Amino acid sequence: MMQDYEMVIGLEVHVELKTETKIFCSCSTAFGAAPNTQCCPVCMGLPGTLPVLNKKVVEYAVRAGLATHCTIARYSKQDRKNYFYPDLPKAYQISQYDLPLCEHGYLEIQTPEGGKRIGITRIHIEEDAGKLVHKEGGGTLCDYNRCGVPLIEIVSEPDIRSAEEAKQYVRKLRAIMMYTGVSDCKMQEGSLRCDVNLSVRKKGETAFGTRTEMKNLNSFQFIGKAIEYEFARQVKALEAGEKIVQETRRFDQQSGKTFSMRKKENADDYRYFPDPDLIPVVTEQAWLEEMQQSIPPLPDDRKKKYIEQYGLAAADADLLTADLLTADYFEQAAQGCSSPKTLANLMLGELLKLIPAEAETIPIRAAHMAELCNLLAEDKINNGTAKKLVKQMWQADTPPSVLAEEQKLWQINDRSILRETVRRAIAQDEKSAADFRAGKTNAIKALIGRAMQETGGQANPKLLAELMEDALNEAE
Amino acid sequence: MKPIDMTVAALAEALQNKEVSSQEVTRAYLDNIAREEANIGAYITVTEEAAMQQAKRIDEARANGKDLPKLAGVPAGIKDNICTKGTLTTCASKMLSNFVPPYQATVMEHLQDTVLLGKMNMDEFAMGSTTENSWYHVTHNPRNLACVPGGSSGGSAAAVAAGLAPFTLGSDTGGSIRQPAAFCGVVGMKPTYGSVSRYGLIAFASSLDQIGPLTKNVYDSALVLNEIVGYDRRDSTSVKRQYADFTKHIGREIKGKRIALPHEYFGEGLAPEVKEAVLAAAKKLEALGAQIVELSMPSLKAALPAYYVISSSEASSNLARFDGVKYGFRAQQYDSVEDLYRNTRSEGFGAEVKRRIMLGTFALSSGYYDAYYKKALQVRTIIVQEFQQMFEQCDAVLAPVAPTTAYRIGEKRENPLEMYLGDVYTVPVNIAGLPALSMPCGTDAAGLPIGMQLVGNAFGEAELYQIAYALEAALQEGGSGK
Ligand SMILES: [Zn+2]
Repeated sequence: MMQDYEMVIGLEVHVELKTETKIFCSCSTAFGAAPNTQCCPVCMGLPGTLPVLNKKVVEYAVRAGLATHCTIARYSKQDRKNYFYPDLPKAYQISQYDLPLCEHGYLEIQTPEGGKRIGITRIHIEEDAGKLVHKEGGGTLCDYNRCGVPLIEIVSEPDIRSAEEAKQYVRKLRAIMMYTGVSDCKMQEGSLRCDVNLSVRKKGETAFGTRTEMKNLNSFQFIGKAIEYEFARQVKALEAGEKIVQETRRFDQQSGKTFSMRKKENADDYRYFPDPDLIPVVTEQAWLEEMQQSIPPLPDDRKKKYIEQYGLAAADADLLTADLLTADYFEQAAQGCSSPKTLANLMLGELLKLIPAEAETIPIRAAHMAELCNLLAEDKINNGTAKKLVKQMWQADTPPSVLAEEQKLWQINDRSILRETVRRAIAQDEKSAADFRAGKTNAIKALIGRAMQETGGQANPKLLAELMEDALNEAE
Repeated sequence: MKPIDMTVAALAEALQNKEVSSQEVTRAYLDNIAREEANIGAYITVTEEAAMQQAKRIDEARANGKDLPKLAGVPAGIKDNICTKGTLTTCASKMLSNFVPPYQATVMEHLQDTVLLGKMNMDEFAMGSTTENSWYHVTHNPRNLACVPGGSSGGSAAAVAAGLAPFTLGSDTGGSIRQPAAFCGVVGMKPTYGSVSRYGLIAFASSLDQIGPLTKNVYDSALVLNEIVGYDRRDSTSVKRQYADFTKHIGREIKGKRIALPHEYFGEGLAPEVKEAVLAAAKKLEALGAQIVELSMPSLKAALPAYYVISSSEASSNLARFDGVKYGFRAQQYDSVEDLYRNTRSEGFGAEVKRRIMLGTFALSSGYYDAYYKKALQVRTIIVQEFQQMFEQCDAVLAPVAPTTAYRIGEKRENPLEMYLGDVYTVPVNIAGLPALSMPCGTDAAGLPIGMQLVGNAFGEAELYQIAYALEAALQEGGSGK
């Protein structure tokens, strides 16, 4: 019955901008400071204070818009969204209502059927709220450091049809925001937060079903789980003849389920109106062109380059460009390396496993990685050694040639030495040799493994295999 | 002449020439406050000690030959919705009865070498026309203690009229400087929107509010305005431009100036005595060589409803921050956050403030926004255009300030709608963002002052002062007025 339905998903992604100062005052936006040490009368909303828009916020938002193929408004305005909550000191959030800064964009994701465009309805600027800390045993503390940290809200079209597409979309968006320097997109610190709007309908239908919203999902894993659960829940409800209620649902990380949140009285009438304390945001054509010029190569541009210039497979190029850190690292190392393909394999096979989520640096120098690649490509070490050395280089800042020399890890390419090793291996395992000769060709693996072990894993594997085969055939 | 009878100009000159010290002047005002304040009630807070210390500092600086600004050492009273660092700033509300701002309003930075005598009484959050809506006490009109001084800057106007301050600052959202100036017989100026920074002015309606001076005469008004205008990067609506010296045209003749008399300002509801006095002022202007142009501005009829929709809508949002969480009054009894909000706001705000918040909340609500707020903004655009067209052929508008002279305390308290109608002549100027000066032009049979206003084109304050000064001189010569 699940297969008769499809899910329709639209995402609202909030991204904290990487500006030094807040959107309407000069307080720092740095994460992790002691509570209420980064606020002033303006961001605390003290009576009589007034907001003044930080120009950098407009610049960053425009860059995000241009990088996602949006049309940038020549004239936009800021509006007040009125509601009471203790984390909102003015009792209104300054946001944008009917004239957002960016509209009508898209980005492209990879699906099993090929590339797919996901529409971006709008990107608007707004201020973040503070943070409430609920104390054990009662009482709530307010931390206003985050008040006025600039955000952009990126609203997608309901073009997404699976949890995998949703994750891909967020990954791509995250990469673009990082490439353009708009945000550091740290999901753990909340600088990228995702709201999922989901409805279901029978396949082939064109009308939308009633949607529910799941707010503040802050990891790819949770986005995926929340979508899968909510899809199943809605399908089950419809099959049972129930109606889907339009509501906000909370995703519980422990159980992986979503729960209905009590709908607040009149919570949806925000009484938006233009903020009379602020003047319209007007963008000049010349400035927009300057901004367009300042957009660095984006994930798709780099991916194309990796395929065309370095000969990488599309899937590999996709993985390397998904994060600015790995893409930058790859390009830096590739400069000193004779085989970018080998480099890509080593990075995807070994290095990426070691990099924690949202890392900011890679401890292995790119030059060392390039050198390692070259040693491998020039047959000075074998693949197993290379893998071993990646782990060692992660621990200690030492060139791979020094590590190989210290531990005598050089590849054995000497035919006479390897021939002798092969001879001994056959002598020690006559049964496998006999099996091979009897036609069980797979038996050679055991013999090669034994020989490789004897060299401490340092034999040139190709040469070893060749000599083993020769020896077995010769002795017939 | 005693300091409390002197103009700002005379005081400033006497101080500069060291004929009198700031401490002597300040002492004189504090003594007069001690004598008269109990009858008038112009102040919420009198900062006696700090004032004497500041006066001493200024006197010492002057004795040391320090170059001081023009108004250095002159005392001033400041409306209690303008933030004064370290000094209680209440908006005449229980809600802010314990609020001491940690920062200074921009106008206070401009006036940092004057001497702050205290904070002036007002209608709560500047909502009202009588100063009866103060949580603290009513202010009495010095011209007749049984009468209201007008509002919302009633304390500011009464203090100037009673010699309790040589000048004061008020704020004007829909007439709150001009109407009390008219009721108390002083000069009140509402400058062009964007010329005086609103940073530190606790907002009533952000798109209409403007700070301005209340003084004994026209020249003083220009002097004080000179000190407080200017671009401020902390106020996005502040206008970046060269501001002229507003005294520069004062004393020049006004021959050939074209003064508009729109019919809409002289219709039904205007007290005959007020009408006569304003028309007599028109005759005076004509005698001075000005040309009176009678014309019609039909959109003015829509100004009052548009004003109440816009100002209440903005106020409903501006006043939402007073929730008892961070500063100000907090209800003692509550069981939840919603409860805290409800009880704090129920107990902390007075009736008029609640009325405006409800009006504004309603006007902004989904389903009503287009019919009220959006419509009001459209009306605003039409009014702006009509003034623009009018100023293509005229230099200023002459109009009454209020339909009547000051009325008795309590007379209109129970009838808010009638009170709102009293704003009909003052609000168009705020809606259009224009400057307007209110000055006395006579007295009624009961001896109460009658006010008139001159409305100028945007940033046309210098010309307004030129016309107002000439008229003021002519009225005094003619024995009308003072
Ligand atoms: Zn701040």
